[in-house]
Amino acid sequence: MAQQRNTGLGRRALLGAAGAAALASPNIAFGQSRQPIKVGVPTILSGRVAQLGISSRNAMQMEVERFNAAGGLDGRMIELIVRDSRGTPAEAARLAREMISSDGCEFILDCEPSSGGFAVHEVVRETGTVTLHVNSETSSLSADPRQRFWNAFRVARQGIHDSIAGGAYAASVVRARNLRRWMTVSPDYAYGRDTTAEFLEYLRHFVPEVQVVGETWPRLFQPDYTENITRLSQGRPQAIYSCLWAGDLVTFMEQASIFGLLANTQFFGVNLADYTTLQQIRNLPRGAHSGNRYLRNFPDVPGNREFAAEYNRRFNTFPTNWSWQSATAVRLLTTALREVGGTSPRAVAEKLRGMTIESPFGADGRVTMRAEDQTLVGYAIGWGTTISADPFVENMQTADWNTIFRLEAEWKRAKGWL
Amino acid sequence: MELNELLDCVSTLSCVVTQVSAGLTIGMLLFLVASGLTLIFGVLGLVNFAHGSFYMVGAYLALAGYGATGSFIVAVAFGALGVAVLGLLCERLLLSRIYGADVLMQLLVCYAIVLILDDVVKIVWGADFLSMGVPDSLRQPPFIVAGGIIPYFYAILFLVTAAIALLLAWGMGRTRFGRTVRAAAVNPAMVAALGVNTTALYAVVFAIGAMLAGAAGALSAPIRSVVPGAGVSILIESFIVTVIGGMGSIGGALAASLIIGLTRSFGSIGFPLFVEGMMFVIMALVLLLKPSGLAGRRGA
Repeated sequence: MAQQRNTGLGRRALLGAAGAAALASPNIAFGQSRQPIKVGVPTILSGRVAQLGISSRNAMQMEVERFNAAGGLDGRMIELIVRDSRGTPAEAARLAREMISSDGCEFILDCEPSSGGFAVHEVVRETGTVTLHVNSETSSLSADPRQRFWNAFRVARQGIHDSIAGGAYAASVVRARNLRRWMTVSPDYAYGRDTTAEFLEYLRHFVPEVQVVGETWPRLFQPDYTENITRLSQGRPQAIYSCLWAGDLVTFMEQASIFGLLANTQFFGVNLADYTTLQQIRNLPRGAHSGNRYLRNFPDVPGNREFAAEYNRRFNTFPTNWSWQSATAVRLLTTALREVGGTSPRAVAEKLRGMTIESPFGADGRVTMRAEDQTLVGYAIGWGTTISADPFVENMQTADWNTIFRLEAEWKRAKGWL
Repeated sequence: MELNELLDCVSTLSCVVTQVSAGLTIGMLLFLVASGLTLIFGVLGLVNFAHGSFYMVGAYLALAGYGATGSFIVAVAFGALGVAVLGLLCERLLLSRIYGADVLMQLLVCYAIVLILDDVVKIVWGADFLSMGVPDSLRQPPFIVAGGIIPYFYAILFLVTAAIALLLAWGMGRTRFGRTVRAAAVNPAMVAALGVNTTALYAVVFAIGAMLAGAAGALSAPIRSVVPGAGVSILIESFIVTVIGGMGSIGGALAASLIIGLTRSFGSIGFPLFVEGMMFVIMALVLLLKPSGLAGRRGA
């Protein structure tokens, strides 16, 4: 009896379920097409670099809202899942893994700096998730073939590009002013050491007579730079190079100015021209040389100014270098999604490889995801000199990408990467 | 090691003037923080791991005071006195309950204060770094002495910190209050038996210690980034000073602070890659040769 009843119920249940499934299947299919496209964003939202992580998130929100307002991908909206790594690489890796395995993220926009970026890189190498590294500037991330795999792309500016551009610009100033004695002051960690070495390499490439008569290496987030400034004063350099950044650069500039260090010395700060830094230096010296990080007037095109104005209207501050990179990453991803017409990882990665998009941050109005090493090229790089008020930097000289490409290829060959 | 450059420097008057003046200024700012730390330890027996946070809050309050009034004097007073009140509240509400507790308990409670204060400054002032900048009235060309550079603002800093140090020495050595504090550091039970309200005395001593840290934060705000967590590195250096000078000794803290300041200043020329390490080498040497510190009591 029991067996018959069970069989009967099972049969009825089976029929009912089959009927319900048949009736509901169009709705299930419809519901799936309306599922959001989840995009995981590990970044730094607390601590001394929080302002940069927040500026990444802000810019992404702007671009994603624009994509969603235009209908998304056939009705599927992008949902950003942004989490705080607190600047810890291990936590960034853990977050990326959690976003992929638990939250169901189909793509990762890695907004970590290089330290966390390499950690996320290893996670997505394993999971095969299409990932755009948005803020990792260390060249080897994409230049070293051992680091390269099909699903990882870099949207950030790259150390070697900035170093070649900076070296070429500095060489022109050296020739004009006969600046032979150089000193450096850069943060004592991988980024500071690598970037300084690359800058000097290309400065000497263009002007072999340059002498580096001393270096000083403050630790990251050092509260006081007096000892470094007196060291620089004793060396009596004609020019100083620095890749200090954010609060560290602000403090250094403030202390250097009261020592009168910058009065008779040309200062080259690759990270000076970013609003977070420019607006915090109370007495920005006139004539310091800086590479562009983000400036609303470089490139001086309507799209860039509109981006800055919209960002300022919404967040009551100006974009940073991480902002334009984040906006570009979202534009690349959404363009690829629309052209593919779906979220297939292989298809999206294939579409991204070699993709060129219109961009207000491009040197010629476009940026390209170079196919051979899956890294962004063609973005605007320039150097100029500071003035104390808005627009803060004038006489911007645009870097020549043909020179960058040529010397980058030589650099890769020398390293055995090409 | 760049010992040739160090030898060149010490044989050149201009270099000596620049490095000594910079080292003394760094040292005196460090002394303000370390003297508060050692005063609190000497009298209350409390290892105040939250002392760096008082330095940080002093800088933020000075920034607020300067923003409101445009006066650097008001800013420093606001930073120092504000932190004194904050210290008083911390002592009365939290730390007075753990006097005599083991170091682990002190560490836990102080760490809680550090986290709370870090979050409070983030809520009030945001997570971004802030900068006061040197006030225009103090932004003068540097003094050139024998070819060496002494920034005008550093000269002011040195004079102010030296005046505070002298006031502290006079207060602790020549006043009735100072004598009572020193007696309480040696035998608090006897001091209480003589009718002194040691609860109030401890609270005042803690407030003074906190005020010294707050004053250091306020004075250095124009030349350093004001940022959550800014007290961590100054706390580490202050502990090094306290160990070298002797736990509980203000005179020792002064000597150790100046040693650290001059080591940093000349070290940046002679051994620029080992400046941080050299501070710990000095500390290790002192611990080996005189474990109680330069001016510490035996068994302290």
